[in-house]
Amino acid sequence: MEIKGKVWKFGKDIDTDRIIPARYLNISDPKELARHCMEDDDPEFAKKVKSGDIIVADKNFGCGSSREHAPIAIKASGISCVIARSFARIFYRNAFNMGLPILECDEAVGSVSEGDILKVDIRKGVINNITRNEKYHAQPIPPFMQELINEGGLMKWIKRRLTTS
Amino acid sequence: MPMTITEKILAKHAGLREVHPGQFINARVDIALGNDITAPIAIKEFRNLGAKKVFNRNRVVLVPDHFTPNKDIKSAEQCKIIRNFAREQKLTHYYDGGDVGVEHALLPEKGVVVPGDLVIGADSHTCTYGAMGAFSTGVGSTDLAAVMITGELWFRVPESMKFVLKGRLNKWVYGKDLILRIIGDIGVDGALYKAMEFCGPTINKLSMDSRFSLCNMAVEAGGKNGIISPDNTTEAYIAKRAERRYKVYKSDRDAVYGDVREYDCSEIKPQVAFPHLPENTRNITDVGNIPIDQVVIGSCTNGRMEDMRVSARILRGKKVPSHMRLIIIPATPLIYKQSMKEGLFDIFLGAGAIISPPTCGPCLGGHMGILAEGERALATTNRNFVGRMGHPKSEVYLANPAVAAATAVKGRIAHPDEVVGKR
Repeated sequence: MEIKGKVWKFGKDIDTDRIIPARYLNISDPKELARHCMEDDDPEFAKKVKSGDIIVADKNFGCGSSREHAPIAIKASGISCVIARSFARIFYRNAFNMGLPILECDEAVGSVSEGDILKVDIRKGVINNITRNEKYHAQPIPPFMQELINEGGLMKWIKRRLTTS
Repeated sequence: MPMTITEKILAKHAGLREVHPGQFINARVDIALGNDITAPIAIKEFRNLGAKKVFNRNRVVLVPDHFTPNKDIKSAEQCKIIRNFAREQKLTHYYDGGDVGVEHALLPEKGVVVPGDLVIGADSHTCTYGAMGAFSTGVGSTDLAAVMITGELWFRVPESMKFVLKGRLNKWVYGKDLILRIIGDIGVDGALYKAMEFCGPTINKLSMDSRFSLCNMAVEAGGKNGIISPDNTTEAYIAKRAERRYKVYKSDRDAVYGDVREYDCSEIKPQVAFPHLPENTRNITDVGNIPIDQVVIGSCTNGRMEDMRVSARILRGKKVPSHMRLIIIPATPLIYKQSMKEGLFDIFLGAGAIISPPTCGPCLGGHMGILAEGERALATTNRNFVGRMGHPKSEVYLANPAVAAATAVKGRIAHPDEVVGKR
């Protein structure tokens, strides 16, 4: 799975209230949620993001609530992948379960700037910075999580287990 | 192999003799919980997969507590999805109308969760039930859907961190202050992906309500679960409530921990977490003059009986300033009723407080007390992120109920001693 897009950069401890404020949690439609993605940081974010773009953030991305609305809003906004130094654990689970690719990579976070163009091979965990002509290696994704990605998320993984058993 | 309490519960539910940190397991789930925000998405996934029946109608628990009583049409529609699903599936543990309480106060009170359980909830504060010696962790809606269908879920066995708490608690110091102090120490990702096990003489003497506050905020340090081994206090609490038989697990003496940290609790003062992260903690004595517009006492962290009584001790015979909005939210109908019976409502109303029905309400900026631009609240809740209680340019400070009540009386962040005097 290869992804190419422009970088939107964020700082550390970006919590789920910043990704999608609770005032929109009475909605569950992905397109409507996407319109408010990151809006308290940048009210124009949803308008500016192009399909395929990539979020690069510092440590502990997605901390706070368990709301799956957060990865749903990110994915529906057109973001193809999130790269961070680390992810809060519920966000990490949610992203794999619902099929938003995420990678942990200190090197990339330290080197890329907003607006850089990255080409990312999710399976291999290789991040190419086209703008700077650099290459970074992300933390390997555990085999079980790879299996979830290959299957297309947790529900598809379960469906296959239910039909084969 | 020696194991921690967390490892033992996970091993048992995975049908394995032992488990190791880092291992991926598939484990049987005893209780799966959802609320009005997270359950609708899970129900959609459940239907998308073509599922017809939940794995066990006694073990799927739905509590519409966040935006209830329905704050607007959209919330009402979300609640309707849950209500219809609960009826269709004949769920035994569905709470609506006057039976609704804040989920993490309600489930222990009803004896729905018991020691030794493996509990998942599509709500990050599901880690609260670790106070009863259960392995309990927050997950997402897709996880909840998976469990509703299969009764099982994947887990990565966490490494355990041990927090040994010693020393006598100072006056006006509670479970809330212990966890704020720990988060201030290790940071909001200091326990990322890890189990936080609390033990030591201070824990042994801690009330159940304070233990719930303590484990409730494990997620605020990034923890997967907070856990306390059951003892006499736990037994006394659960014996009269448990709706199922239960098993008590304890860590082996030689169990392996990634980190062991000791705290002398006699040095801990009431804590205040400054905006905009729970790790920005200060001693109440180092706070300075911070005027406050609104005080909220309630939530899954501090809306229990102990919290109501402590607040009443401070508010008795006092009156909050006219510019202060004091909102008190007993977390469950039982706590509401008990507070009324003990005369606490007279004290609260006499002080000029607003008493809200049980709801998460303002904690997550839902309703029942939203902040305007530039306003400042002090709350007994668990998060003070940017915009958490309303406008992105408002502020939330976190503290225990005694500090909250004293703050309401003074109109600025205040030490309880300033209001009731040293005794």
